[in-house]
Amino acid sequence: MSRANGTPYAPHTDAETAAMLAEIGVDDEEALFDIPESVAFDGEFGIEPRTEREIRDECARMLNRNDDLTEFLGRGHYGHYVPSVVDHLSDRAEFLTSYTQYQPEASQGFLQALFEYQSMLVELTGLDVANCSMYDAATALGEAATLADRVRATSGDVVLVPEQLREGKRAVLENYCAGVDLTVETYPMADGTADVDALADRAGDDVVMLYAESPTVRGCIEERLAAIGDLAGETDALFALGSDVVALSVLQSPEAVGADVVVGEAGALGLPTSYGMGLGIFACSDEFLRQVPGRLVGASEDANGDRAYTLTLQTREQHIRKERATSNICTNQAWVALRAAIHAATLGPDGLVDLANDCVREAEALATRIDDCSGAAAPVHDRHHFREFAVRVDQPAAAVAEELEAEGFAVHAIGDHLLQVCVTDLNAGRADGLVAAFEEVL
Amino acid sequence: MIHDQANYEREAEDVREPLLSEKGQETVDVREDSPLPDDLTREALTLPNPSEPETARHYTRLSQMNWAIDAGPYPLGSCTMKYNPKFTEDVAADPNAAVHPDRSARSAQGTLALQYRLQEVLADIGGMDAVTLQPPAGAAGELTGILVAKAYHEHHGNDRSEVVIPASAHGTNFATAATAGYDVVELPSGEDGRVDLEALEAAVSDDTAALMLTNPNTVGLFERDITEIAEIVHDAGGLLYYDGANLNALLGRGRPGDMGFDVMHYNVHKTFATPHGGGGPGAGPVGVVDELAPFLPTPRVREADDGGGYERFEPSHTIGKVHGFAGNWLVLIKAYAYIARLGDEGLSDAAAKAVLNANYLAERIDLEVPFGPFHHEFAATAGDRDAADVAKRMLDFGVHPPTTKWPEMVPEAMLTEPTEIEGRSSLDDLAEAFNLAYADTDAALDSAPTRTAAARIDQVGAARDPRLSWQALDGE
Repeated sequence: MSRANGTPYAPHTDAETAAMLAEIGVDDEEALFDIPESVAFDGEFGIEPRTEREIRDECARMLNRNDDLTEFLGRGHYGHYVPSVVDHLSDRAEFLTSYTQYQPEASQGFLQALFEYQSMLVELTGLDVANCSMYDAATALGEAATLADRVRATSGDVVLVPEQLREGKRAVLENYCAGVDLTVETYPMADGTADVDALADRAGDDVVMLYAESPTVRGCIEERLAAIGDLAGETDALFALGSDVVALSVLQSPEAVGADVVVGEAGALGLPTSYGMGLGIFACSDEFLRQVPGRLVGASEDANGDRAYTLTLQTREQHIRKERATSNICTNQAWVALRAAIHAATLGPDGLVDLANDCVREAEALATRIDDCSGAAAPVHDRHHFREFAVRVDQPAAAVAEELEAEGFAVHAIGDHLLQVCVTDLNAGRADGLVAAFEEVL
Repeated sequence: MIHDQANYEREAEDVREPLLSEKGQETVDVREDSPLPDDLTREALTLPNPSEPETARHYTRLSQMNWAIDAGPYPLGSCTMKYNPKFTEDVAADPNAAVHPDRSARSAQGTLALQYRLQEVLADIGGMDAVTLQPPAGAAGELTGILVAKAYHEHHGNDRSEVVIPASAHGTNFATAATAGYDVVELPSGEDGRVDLEALEAAVSDDTAALMLTNPNTVGLFERDITEIAEIVHDAGGLLYYDGANLNALLGRGRPGDMGFDVMHYNVHKTFATPHGGGGPGAGPVGVVDELAPFLPTPRVREADDGGGYERFEPSHTIGKVHGFAGNWLVLIKAYAYIARLGDEGLSDAAAKAVLNANYLAERIDLEVPFGPFHHEFAATAGDRDAADVAKRMLDFGVHPPTTKWPEMVPEAMLTEPTEIEGRSSLDDLAEAFNLAYADTDAALDSAPTRTAAARIDQVGAARDPRLSWQALDGE
């Protein structure tokens, strides 16, 4: 048994390779390649192969150059404690190393897990249908806009979004809108939430989709969602509501405020802080079932009459419908959806509601303490907050953020004199330190 | 070589593993203990409430009803189901990787350093000049690449409206072009299964923004006329887009950049062995030639001028963003670790063994393979048998079947990609499964599969009467 240097993940011994080549009837592996000389690559990348241990050391050393900061960062990407059971179950190779369930009879486990994930989102949104994932909240919002373009026969091409919106989310939305000739416009905010009167003035026949968020990018809980829903309904615009899976467990049901589509982030469950990796929620009412982007798992029966699960309504999808598909998405975030479902199961409804209530209480408590620091006022907006809130500082915000970083804490600088602070179960225990750091630097 | 999948049928209820909701749900009064006023909250929340041991058993049972690459051969053509090295999971699980994307560059030097290195090695492997890591999947990479091409044309005052795509291309290509606002011009395949140069000449025009091409193509054939193809497209003022789905066949032997491609995506969950995770997360970095670099998504990462580290920067004519943050970062770390493990020789050997395996397997099966010479994958035809039925029967012989009924240029296609990870004996098993299923009786094919957790599932019924949640099953 021997094999030449090569990939450690191919099992061929040299003798086996030779026997296989003989069976095929060629002399060597090179004879199997049909690449013209003129475009063949005979150079080197210069990548030295390393051992597992060397790579683990190398990457650990590299990543160790990240400063050891306590992050009070949010604005769309949230870290909550992820119970160990989530890692251990989702890391089972039967889940992690499987692919899309093109053969449902051999993929019942993952299909059922995704069916359960969809069901959880149906409960949380009150809407009829949830798909089994988009990439993240931003791309889900983009997909909502293209859905609006397909289903709304309004005269115009405007997607209305709040003026305070995460810049990256808006940028992604613009890219999806450009392809279907939609234009993104903003409506004003009043003290952190939608200025509903201004919105009423703006709403009209030219609006295909009206988007609102709760919590907003600054962590404010929107107080007049039903009124916004009514405005959308009056002009036949699609009402898309952005939220996240933890907030949805306590806030008004999207269905109750007239939402047609719910988008947002479900990675707040199941995913640790991961440099922005996400899990996009996409839920909508039955009316748009055949216009939903992405994969759907449905219940059916097998030949024995037993309940079984399968990907369904695939004629919406790119591999069947090609350029007339509802989206170009293929690979999505299925495994992250599995993790979110396991996390939710571990918490149960009690645990989920407790977690969400803590997001309100901890934010309020920390804002009050920062407000007590001289030179800072928090929260900036006179609203209820979820996880995060804006802080007004007398000194330039960027300088304050930099000084806080030197003290070991990361916060957002969002304006000339505005910071934003996000608190979850992960960093709440370090709130004393953050407050002390604020007192130190202000 | 026949192994049953776990089957936990309960006789009294015809469910294999009950839904979590069927094991018991709890309704919580949300307002009872809420810090928020009633008008901002929902009344109640009803969800399953299993104990942790019940949760562990539930998901363990579900996992036992799921095929996976660690369970056996998974030769889905076009999907590159490689073994996912375990150590890459540990590399990505480093607590120092778990940082927030809004950190200052100053405090995230480790992440930026790794991003930069990955950008560099991907550029080398593809023969590209600049790489973005932001796209979260292959299709997102396609959209990024086409938006970059569009921005490039617009910047040069060219209003182009069409993207040319071979009929045999992945469905995502067509959908991507449409998502970016282009009309699709479908290019019929030549008789040899490759691009027909005359048809291409006829298809391109002043309106052509790009040709999207997979090479080797979706039946494993290298587009030998790639230099002429590039000339035709470039002469018309269009750009050449490389769909990276089949890059595994070329590693170390051919680079899209050397073939005249201007923009490409990499499927790291295919070529670089990151786990497919039941359908994601993947990652779809995009590489471009210098001329297109100013249009890439923001931010990119570069070495800082002062030589002391790395910084984020916004390309001068950026298309903006294609993901809210930095894409699927944890997946990208695994890809870096895989590439480092293999090095030049390993990457090149992966391609060699992938192509060897496909050719050996094709030699051993009784089904005809109409097009060749193919590389890492081949499209066999089931002839007068139904490819989908043959596939179902293969499940009974302990393997996952290939992709079926696609591409359409091969009738009753079974698109097969064993990848480099299978050895000779496992390929022999796979061939036997092919041959037994292909030769089996109509009755056996009709009633297959019999050894999986579920018997043949009614797909038509699922679509006719969609039940997409446990709420929709109420009362059943």
